[in-house]
Amino acid sequence: MTTTEAPPAEIGRPRTRKEDQHLITGHSTFTDSMVLPGMVHLAMVRSPLAHATITSIDTTAARKAPGVVGVWTGRDFPEQGGLACAWPITPDMKSPVHLPVPTDTVNHVGEIVAVIAARTKAEAVDAVELVDVQYSELPVVTDLAAARDGSAPVIHGDLGTNVSATWVFDSGAAGTGGDASAAIEAARSDPDQIVVERTFRQQRLIPAYMEPRSTVCDPNGAGDQITIWSATQIPHILRTMLTLSQGIPEGKLRIIAPDVGGGFGGKLEVTPEEVATIMVARQLGKPAKYTETRSETMMAAHHGRDQIQHLTMSARKDGTITGFDVDLTANMGAYLALVGPGVPILGAFMYNAIYKIPAYRFSCTNVFTNEVMTDAYRGAGRPEATFAIERMMDELATELGMDPIEVRRRNWIRHEEFPFTTVAGLTYDSGNYEEATDKALRHFGYDDLRAEQQRRRESGDRIQLGIGTSTFTEMCGLAPSRVLGSLSYGAGGWEAASIRMLPTGVVEVVTGISPHGQGHVTGFSQIVADRLGVPFENVKILHGDTNISAKGLDTYGSRSLAVGGIAVVKAADKVIAKAKTIAAHLLEASEDDIDFAHGSFTVRGTESSVTIGDIALATFTGHNLPDGVESSLDSEAVFDPENFSFPHGTHLCAAEVDTETGKVTIRKYVAVDDVGVVINPLLVDGQVHGGLAQGIAQALYEEAQYSADGQLTSGTFVDYLVPSAVDLPDYITDKTITPSTSNPLGVKGVGEAGTIASTPAVVNAVLDAVRQFGVADIPMPMTPARVWQAIQDGSTAAGSNSSSTGGAA
Amino acid sequence: MIPASFDYTAPTTLADALAALAQGGDDAKILAGGQSLLPVLKLRMAAPGLLIDLGKIDELRGVRMEGDTIVVGAMTTHHDVIADPLVREHLSLLAKTTEQVADAQVRYRGTLGGALAHADPAGDLGAVAVALDAQMRIAGPNGSRSVPASQFFTDYFTTALAENEILTGIAFDSFAGWGAHYEKFHTVSQAWSTVAVAAAVLVAGGTVTAARVALTNMGPTPIRARGVEAALIDGPASDDAVRAAALAATQGTAPVDDATAPAAYRSHLAQVLTGRAVLAAAG
Repeated sequence: MTTTEAPPAEIGRPRTRKEDQHLITGHSTFTDSMVLPGMVHLAMVRSPLAHATITSIDTTAARKAPGVVGVWTGRDFPEQGGLACAWPITPDMKSPVHLPVPTDTVNHVGEIVAVIAARTKAEAVDAVELVDVQYSELPVVTDLAAARDGSAPVIHGDLGTNVSATWVFDSGAAGTGGDASAAIEAARSDPDQIVVERTFRQQRLIPAYMEPRSTVCDPNGAGDQITIWSATQIPHILRTMLTLSQGIPEGKLRIIAPDVGGGFGGKLEVTPEEVATIMVARQLGKPAKYTETRSETMMAAHHGRDQIQHLTMSARKDGTITGFDVDLTANMGAYLALVGPGVPILGAFMYNAIYKIPAYRFSCTNVFTNEVMTDAYRGAGRPEATFAIERMMDELATELGMDPIEVRRRNWIRHEEFPFTTVAGLTYDSGNYEEATDKALRHFGYDDLRAEQQRRRESGDRIQLGIGTSTFTEMCGLAPSRVLGSLSYGAGGWEAASIRMLPTGVVEVVTGISPHGQGHVTGFSQIVADRLGVPFENVKILHGDTNISAKGLDTYGSRSLAVGGIAVVKAADKVIAKAKTIAAHLLEASEDDIDFAHGSFTVRGTESSVTIGDIALATFTGHNLPDGVESSLDSEAVFDPENFSFPHGTHLCAAEVDTETGKVTIRKYVAVDDVGVVINPLLVDGQVHGGLAQGIAQALYEEAQYSADGQLTSGTFVDYLVPSAVDLPDYITDKTITPSTSNPLGVKGVGEAGTIASTPAVVNAVLDAVRQFGVADIPMPMTPARVWQAIQDGSTAAGSNSSSTGGAA
Repeated sequence: MIPASFDYTAPTTLADALAALAQGGDDAKILAGGQSLLPVLKLRMAAPGLLIDLGKIDELRGVRMEGDTIVVGAMTTHHDVIADPLVREHLSLLAKTTEQVADAQVRYRGTLGGALAHADPAGDLGAVAVALDAQMRIAGPNGSRSVPASQFFTDYFTTALAENEILTGIAFDSFAGWGAHYEKFHTVSQAWSTVAVAAAVLVAGGTVTAARVALTNMGPTPIRARGVEAALIDGPASDDAVRAAALAATQGTAPVDDATAPAAYRSHLAQVLTGRAVLAAAG
């Protein structure tokens, strides 16, 4: 056999990452690696108080300190503009002025009150201690409920309230369903229905990316160019927002996101530190660098979550949900972050999840406190929503004495019902919840674990077993621009790509997304290699520099593949279309008779062919092109999907609770995810594993805690407990593949799925283990002390009137 | 995370180290493995003018036998303690506890003497020293002295070491043949002990003939659980008897009460973990 074998498809191959050699052999170029001639190093003087008036700042001693080049207070930056919030969720949303370096008042611990520039970082840090700031303390607000109900002092006097905005969705008003309030009221007096009412606390989390934030600014580029390297997820958005908020002409700004060590949404921000670094560099006319310490990351970079969720669900006694009301109080912190106000609103469309809920109401009230801002953190609004509904499904099952899987089956959208328009107004294009759940149950050994659970209960075993379910979906691939526009989001959701066909066979792909650890360079290379029929190794992915990738909307919201990847596909298709014209000319055939496969254009029914590389070379020489055809295969494309993609899956968790100590150990964790067509199963598994770790961490370990006077008491990793591999179980991961119909690859996002799904699975499992002791709820994180205390309190409460708790100690 | 500037000296003999310490006065600080001191310096919670690094003093390293006594040099790393055949034979409680200290990187740098002199109440090794009645060997300008572990730890992060003294070694009797276990309870593997219990027991024919039990993080210092020991001795090494004896673990304790773990919970843990530690030690 000498026939040409088709090369193995790249899509679906578990390619190891192209990025890794560079990163693990010490050749990485993080922002802090940048060293420029004459560069000064910055250190920040930060407020130790959560709310205070700055009465005086004496910088005399600091200015005289060795190596110090300059010291700036807020008043020394007359050019500074307020940091912008890009998501005004309501027309009357209240938003305080947020100066990068405040001049009069500090509103949370860690706000910058002065900036020091010195010849070395050590000299800058030494001088921090020499700045004498006098404060007059103001009352501190850390209680969300008090901030909402008006009983707390007003933080921003000019706003007159601690409530920023209230955003409401009502399916009755929207015409997407019934009136939830009426449905719940009716259920209260209907003997065939029950009403389940719960309040959950979504604790505050810290994104805890590996690389702290860092910015280098060179103000001295040719043509007045200001070059900024930053550890950011959003070089393009940063550029636009710097122009809008600081008045620097966009044409002068070049933003480079070099190697960026993780973000998880935490680097989706335009930060005071970035602006301060730019202002100092421009005032001095010298390059300047600022890299924060881990303590500063914890204290001053934005946090995530932090909501009170009040939930009311009505259902018939057969388990069919009849109404659902969601009332949120969301902590914005002291100011509105870049997209902070919209984060809980993203959840509004997900509380109904995979279920056919006939009547739904969502209301979210955003409040100010004297804590650092909240903004995107892996999942952004959707983990909160998924937690709420999946906890409620278990609560409903408990109230009705039903199996939690069965309650879900009664309510979920069946696979033959897609596309399905939900009560929140979204159209889910595809999905198969039955298949994912069946597969998960098989991996899990559900019946065996239930039997073991029963045995342990009956024998009163010290170790009790619980089983938790989470059948989740999420909306991801942030796009579509029209939908974002309808939510008053300040930007579009499209993504851009371009392809440059070099004469030597190299394909340069420029993407507007901005990878920071995901492996996009590998995945996108696979897509392009398949599409253009070129070797994987010949594809070069360029990103993260606004001079190279001029157009883009960056990486967040599981959008890079489902939106950015499709822009690349569209650009590749344009290359093929252009090349086909030239191929027909070179092969002396009609374009209609040319087929393209595996990188070659062939005259149908003949052996006559030319490769796409040959054509790239032909456009380089330009010696023999058809009349009127320009000498280039290069292309540009923008993709703006008409819909989100909706990954889904079933996660099952078996948790062991040591009833003597309260310690939770995850015994078994099964995640069956449907992320559509898989480009690279290794990358998908990596995303799922990391996502699970962060979701499990919310359930069991992590919590940003503030004292009543606004001090962050979990300001180091000694107190903010990030689990390591030792603390986490082996995961059993599998997939179902229901291709998305909203993009030509059939892909869905995967970056956030694990985080969104896992938290309620774990919490449901722990509660399932200890409900027998009279425990109704345990706040997250479910620390050993809290679990043990809940068992004590529950046993006491259940006490005399409980006869079914044979396992109780 | 840059410490305030300081002078640094790395003497090669104990005598030179003592001289440097005498000269540096209260502005000097001893650097052992640096696993606790360096973070403190980087966070600028301390700013000594002089660091005296003991890392180049060979006489402070290693484990040796002196008659019936096993002496562990203060600068012996955790890793070397764990690997040492004398420790494994005579001091299995020390070996098993040291295996649970922090992580591998810390165990390669951190030292037994450094950990004990730092006297963090949540540190694991103080309980071992107290349980095994170690003698802390201390050198100062006027010669050497020896302090029993029970008198060495005086308060939070405070020991009987004077400002001009250096801990040189830790001397133990042999506990060859004893069963030993360190029951460490922490929320994640990288976290400090919420509470932990060090136990060593000698069991003959199902009866406990000797017992040593000490608690980590149940007060400002490691605490010897003498009430538990008394309740165990001459009793059966049975589940019920051990758990009953373990109830005495809260005697004389003063656990902190914080958001992570209320005092009542720590007291409860002390009893539960004591039972588990002793049962595991009894094998």
